[in-house]
Amino acid sequence: MSDPVLSVQNLTTAFRSREGWREVIRGINFEVKAGETVAIVGESGSGKSVTALSAMRLLPRDKTRSTGRILLEGRDLLTLPEAEMRKVRGGRIGMIFQEPMTSLNPVLTIGNQLAEALVLHRDMSWREAEAEALTLMERVRIPSAKSRLHEYPHKFSGGMRQRVMIAMALACRPRLLIADEPTTALDVTIQAEILSLISELQRESEMGVLFITHDMGVVAEVADRTVVMFRGDMVETGETSRLFAAPGQPYTRALLASIPRLGTMNGAAGPRRFPQVDPRTGTASEGREMPLPPAGTAPVVSVSNLSIRFDLPQGRVHAVEDVSFDLHPGETLALVGESGCGKSTTGRAIMRLTTPSAGEIRIDGRDIARARSSELRTMRRSAQMIFQDPFASLNPRISVGDAILEPILTHGLLPKAAARLRVAELLDQVGLSPEMAGRYPHEFSGGQRQRVSIARAMALEPKFIVADEAVSALDVSVKAQVSNLLMDLQASRGLAFLFISHDMSVVERISHRVAVMHFGEIVEIGPRAAIFGNAQHPYTRRLIAAVPVPDPALRGTRSAAPPQEPRSPLRPLDYVAPKRLYREVAPGHFVMAETSA
Amino acid sequence: MTDTTNFLAAPRLLLRNRAALLGAVILAIVVLAALLAPLIAPYAPNKLSIVNKLQPPSASHLFGTDEFGRDILSRAIFAGRVSLLVSLGVVALSTVLGVILGVAAGYFRALDAPISRLLDAMMSFPDILLAIALVAALGPSVATVIIALGITYAPRLARIVRGSTLVLREMPYIEAAITLGLPTWRVLTRHLLLNLASPVLVQATFVFASAMLAEASLSFLGVGVSTDMPTWGTMLASGREYMNSAPWLMIFPGLAIVFSVLSLQLLGDGLRDLVDPRLTKER
Repeated sequence: MSDPVLSVQNLTTAFRSREGWREVIRGINFEVKAGETVAIVGESGSGKSVTALSAMRLLPRDKTRSTGRILLEGRDLLTLPEAEMRKVRGGRIGMIFQEPMTSLNPVLTIGNQLAEALVLHRDMSWREAEAEALTLMERVRIPSAKSRLHEYPHKFSGGMRQRVMIAMALACRPRLLIADEPTTALDVTIQAEILSLISELQRESEMGVLFITHDMGVVAEVADRTVVMFRGDMVETGETSRLFAAPGQPYTRALLASIPRLGTMNGAAGPRRFPQVDPRTGTASEGREMPLPPAGTAPVVSVSNLSIRFDLPQGRVHAVEDVSFDLHPGETLALVGESGCGKSTTGRAIMRLTTPSAGEIRIDGRDIARARSSELRTMRRSAQMIFQDPFASLNPRISVGDAILEPILTHGLLPKAAARLRVAELLDQVGLSPEMAGRYPHEFSGGQRQRVSIARAMALEPKFIVADEAVSALDVSVKAQVSNLLMDLQASRGLAFLFISHDMSVVERISHRVAVMHFGEIVEIGPRAAIFGNAQHPYTRRLIAAVPVPDPALRGTRSAAPPQEPRSPLRPLDYVAPKRLYREVAPGHFVMAETSA
Repeated sequence: MTDTTNFLAAPRLLLRNRAALLGAVILAIVVLAALLAPLIAPYAPNKLSIVNKLQPPSASHLFGTDEFGRDILSRAIFAGRVSLLVSLGVVALSTVLGVILGVAAGYFRALDAPISRLLDAMMSFPDILLAIALVAALGPSVATVIIALGITYAPRLARIVRGSTLVLREMPYIEAAITLGLPTWRVLTRHLLLNLASPVLVQATFVFASAMLAEASLSFLGVGVSTDMPTWGTMLASGREYMNSAPWLMIFPGLAIVFSVLSLQLLGDGLRDLVDPRLTKER
């Protein structure tokens, strides 16, 4: 094959700290050839983004120092003057980032923003640039590109905006495309579309792609070769298929073993703990199967005909429409769906962080949908919530011990001395040392903070917990550990979970039953095995099929549907939602009957 | 359940933060001088001596004398009493009012519109005009000046507090506090207020400086603190006539204002870091 487009040789980058220079990545070596995709994969803090930013020389110069060589088509970027480097960025190297929602200027039209790059970098006139912008939008398969050229970014969904960003990156026909977590903020079905778009474009233009991600499923899907990084070191590198089939290093084995995979639950009736991975050897022991909830119990939560609507100046959003389900003691019901489907709003309504527009929410038989604040306070002893963002769900100014102590004292559950002992006990239960009680949230890692949140939720000895994307923001290995903790707590205290998640592979492991939400409605609900093994509704099937499979051998077995702009959730004020009928496929497995609408 | 560790670490942290330390030292000197005025002032502040009028700084009158021959150093020391009292009083009052109104508007949706419109109405008056109207209604004295200026500056703080509260209210840790069944007052006092500390401190130092100057304007217009009590503002205002011939009439009270405002700003920055546990630990 030809010379590499990008060749990184012995790259070491150090950040300046008060103690002096601290190396963040050490001795990185890899190449990207034309038409090839190389993935850098690793958990947070592994240095994968620093590697890409070093290559683009986008790190602040007074605080960082890079040594080694970064050859782009033979030229060493580290020695290039800044003026030359500016031409390389956006010219020879294109870049796309994680956050498509904030990377476009909201007051300029899409066409204008695309054309601007062309006028600046390729010396085109505005008229030529506009024509070229249209070609680019068609290349990234934006439907009815011609009419959308003059629209503003707010009319574009996240997936479409990421297409625009890709079009911008491609504007100057780069030899190398650096994609830093380009699909992490997108829904799985959109992710699948964007990934196939990137590989199509790559085939068309023979450019090299450097793909940075934490998701081994995405790696398996797109990468020819893979670089595994861990705490600033390159652990292993090689052909993706070889790496997945026969990982050489313990860390790679551990990483691969801890990925939640779809379809590993065949035959199991209850949820199953994630395998425990020994980080030194990388060997995994299959997780124990967890018990089924006791039969014949009264539900702890019973939601019937719940509707939540938000009025906006432009119309009304039917965020949740006629949703009903029961949750029994010791059971995990997963509420799955893509962003905006109403799953979080449903969870928040059960906690009464949002007031329902219609319907009933019975907790222990009492309707709390319209309860007053004094009644709510009693309700909140049985119902607790764990939030997604471990960095925002703890008050930065209160020590974790005090955060757990506070609910115990305000509800008068225990006298102060006994309450302190209880805090120690709770910390111990979630796998933290009781001595950590005096520390502040910023001194903990993301996984540890999530454990603190769990301990805080457990402090009131609730009957059920709403876990809103509770493990979604965590690294794979930590995700498995925290999920296991939740399952253990359920087994030991008979807790019920409403597990809200978009991550189908975690849901498959952790839940007893699954409810699939789409546009505010439950389209299918049933036992986990039935949903994953015998999905009836087309949306459920699409959702499951879109999950990236961490197995390079299965690549390309899926066909991508043509991209569509999702339906607007806005309805006119007088809109009345049609009454839905459900068909019972098997005992407990209900599917929304398809209507003509 | 208090953050005792924070406050135990405070003196050490203050020592490390040189700017804040400097601010604390200057403020301490100014406050001490004001408190001990009768002991340290070389002359009585209102002692007239027409023969010595408009003397430039000298050994007997370090800061010179004014148009009635009064010792400017002594007057500046005594003036600190009223000026500091008024400014600190205004800061305290406007902060309390501003935080109450701002939190109420930001946290309780139903109160937002009425409170915000009230604040808009108050801010639509020029500051000084509103203060004059209030003093005129209440009659001039130290207390009424504090009340008038405190009310005048409260909307500035309320606006900022409301904005921060709107953001904080949506933070998961505030929602977590609600779902833990904590009473609303506790959510507000323990979880919200602590996190409002930095914007409030910054704005409060700003109000301190504004109040000192506004008090001078009120005195100049004859609706300030009673005329026989010197304040830095009134000294500045009356020295204006002699700006060209005897600049020391303005320079020294002016410097007193500059140093006390500067010291409070430096200290405010340090305090803001102090109430943030993320910055309290070593390194």
